[in-house]
Amino acid sequence: MNDLLVTDSVSKKFGEFTALNKASIAVPKGSIFGLLGPNGAGKTTLIRIINQITIPDSGSVYLDGEPLQAHHIQNIGYLPEERGLYKSMKVGEQALYLAQLKGMHKAEAKKRLKYWFDKLEIGDWWNKKIQELSKGMAQKIQFIVTVLHQPKLLIFDEPFSGFDPINANLIKDEILQLRAEGATVIFSTHRMESVEELCDHIALIHKSNKILDGKLADIKRQYRTNTYEVGLLADNTTEVQQQLQDKFEISAADFKSLDNDLKLNIKIQPNQSPNDLLSFLTSKAQVNHFNELVPTANDIFIQTIKNN
Amino acid sequence: MNHLSLVIKREYLTKIKNKSFIIMTILSPMIMIALIALVAYLTQLNNNKHRTISILDESGLVTNVFENTENTTYVYLSNIALETAKQTVESKEEYGLLHIANGKDIDAVSNQITFYSKDAPSITLIKSLESRLEREFKDEKLKEQGVDITKIKATEADVDISQESFLGERTSKIGNVMKLIFGGAAGYLLFMFIIIYGNMIMRSVIEEKTSRIIEIIISSVKPVQLMLGKIIGTSLAGITQFLIWMVIGGILLTVITVVFNIDMMQMQTPQQELMQQTMENLEMNDKIQVIFNEFRSLPIINLIIAFVLFFIGGYLLYSSLYAAIGAAVDNETDTQQFMMPILMPLILAVYVGVFTVIEDPHGTVSTVFSFIPLTSPVVMLMRIPFGVPLWQQGISIALLIGTFMLTVWFAAKIYRVGILMYGKKPSYKEIIKWLKY
Repeated sequence: MNDLLVTDSVSKKFGEFTALNKASIAVPKGSIFGLLGPNGAGKTTLIRIINQITIPDSGSVYLDGEPLQAHHIQNIGYLPEERGLYKSMKVGEQALYLAQLKGMHKAEAKKRLKYWFDKLEIGDWWNKKIQELSKGMAQKIQFIVTVLHQPKLLIFDEPFSGFDPINANLIKDEILQLRAEGATVIFSTHRMESVEELCDHIALIHKSNKILDGKLADIKRQYRTNTYEVGLLADNTTEVQQQLQDKFEISAADFKSLDNDLKLNIKIQPNQSPNDLLSFLTSKAQVNHFNELVPTANDIFIQTIKNN
Repeated sequence: MNHLSLVIKREYLTKIKNKSFIIMTILSPMIMIALIALVAYLTQLNNNKHRTISILDESGLVTNVFENTENTTYVYLSNIALETAKQTVESKEEYGLLHIANGKDIDAVSNQITFYSKDAPSITLIKSLESRLEREFKDEKLKEQGVDITKIKATEADVDISQESFLGERTSKIGNVMKLIFGGAAGYLLFMFIIIYGNMIMRSVIEEKTSRIIEIIISSVKPVQLMLGKIIGTSLAGITQFLIWMVIGGILLTVITVVFNIDMMQMQTPQQELMQQTMENLEMNDKIQVIFNEFRSLPIINLIIAFVLFFIGGYLLYSSLYAAIGAAVDNETDTQQFMMPILMPLILAVYVGVFTVIEDPHGTVSTVFSFIPLTSPVVMLMRIPFGVPLWQQGISIALLIGTFMLTVWFAAKIYRVGILMYGKKPSYKEIIKWLKY
């Protein structure tokens, strides 16, 4: 078993509305799994089913090969998108309470909380009330509470919302470190740049159906267009352009450069290699810029949603 | 520690550590006692006011009829005109002037009696004057008919019906009053408890929604556990508060009674008035004896057990409904439309208790309402001091527990869906739909 979490055709209806239709995903151990989809696609429903907050109508969920059971909540850390803390309770008390609800003993929880508070440099907040803290500060505490019990599976729903760039980076590094220590992470977000940065697997949910999943690199290969962004310096640009047009599919490109280049996107045919293009180009002009246009997660997201 | 006890502990500790809770706990009995003391003081002030009433009797029928009392002095005027009498009374600032004009017979006289005063006179005073005069005129009329009044007086009998059930339970009017007080206090206590702490539960559920912590919590705790934990924790805080109120109240009451020498018992509540009327005929020693006997004859054990069972059952029933309301809405202002269906049966129960049970504790209305689960806790608690067969109590409890379990199931359903719904006020129709999720 290489997958930590498997959902097997999980469905959920709310009255007439189908929130999730036979969604099957497999989250490999030690991966950062991006759960993507537009608003209202069913991501949160799936996450709530994994957390046993919502009971699915049909389908099953396996954690580490076992069917999901009540005691598994101790192995999951969940940071919901709609999150907050008791306003009038002290930071330390609150963190201890939440840790104990996850099955930790008080002494152990205290020790680990101290470690994390020191690590994120918030040691002196212990006796403050949440209402005295800013939103970003409260988010740090929520993050600590999520990871404190060293769960095998971490689920973050929009973890970076509300953080300033410095703290967002801090949290990102912590997530990466937790993965390095063996945790598996499910990561739900709209921010494609953080998907690009962090995720090695993704699944795309649209209108309650899973429409795409797999390794991010594989998917990118699948969506590759074999198009190259090229910047050329030549005396007779129109002639070069004409010659290119005969051999390849070209269109105008836009990128920053220092010289007054001829900027083109050039698509090669399956029977052609990038080297063919490059050697052709070097024979005609000076190549200042040569770059494969790799589809971004954002492109894939928009394209897949549009096609469905 | 398991989840339920963790939730209970947190709910309890945050409630009793809350500043406004502490202030309420300490201040409320003080304010209450201060109010009671003020009312007692004012009542005494009113009673102590001395009145002088002048009587101008032109008929000569009521000479020496009115005797001076502690608070009222009667002054007989004679041989002066009505106008002069009025002026005299007014200038002396006396309470009023009772004018009895002369007439050809007693009937004529009785129709021409007037009370002159600066302000509208007290109704009780007028009533007492009227009844005293009626008695006097009746005696006069009897005399006219040639009847010997002393003989009539001798034939008067004093009747006090003693009551006894077929099973041999003795009771009396005093006993009934005591039963009313016991039952009423129990029912009213439950009513207050439900209103105060039910609301507190509701607020605490709403707080978890508005602070958005709810999803974090229920990823670790089952919604039913969270709901029950909230209800139990808040109730324990409520019981703590009640006990503190009773202790502080008791101490304050004693202190004030001793220091200011205000006799709290002089305050006239309707029950006490009834009690005083029934006891007027008895000697002091007898009174204590009767009260003691009546107290012993109350079904004490039954009362205590029933109180505990109905109190817990009724309270849990209502508080789970409050919790469900809290889960269904986003803020307190949205709770109004859902509060009505809860408050209606509760208020109905108190009205039935107060008006019907006093009139006829075992009548059809009281009996029926003591079986309906939403009203039974209050109504049955009021009935039990009058002796309710155990089988009736049993059925009522069973119905209550059954309904309670149904309500908790129902509330838990609404709760688990409602706590994750943000942003809109649900309609009844939507809530019914939630039951199917």
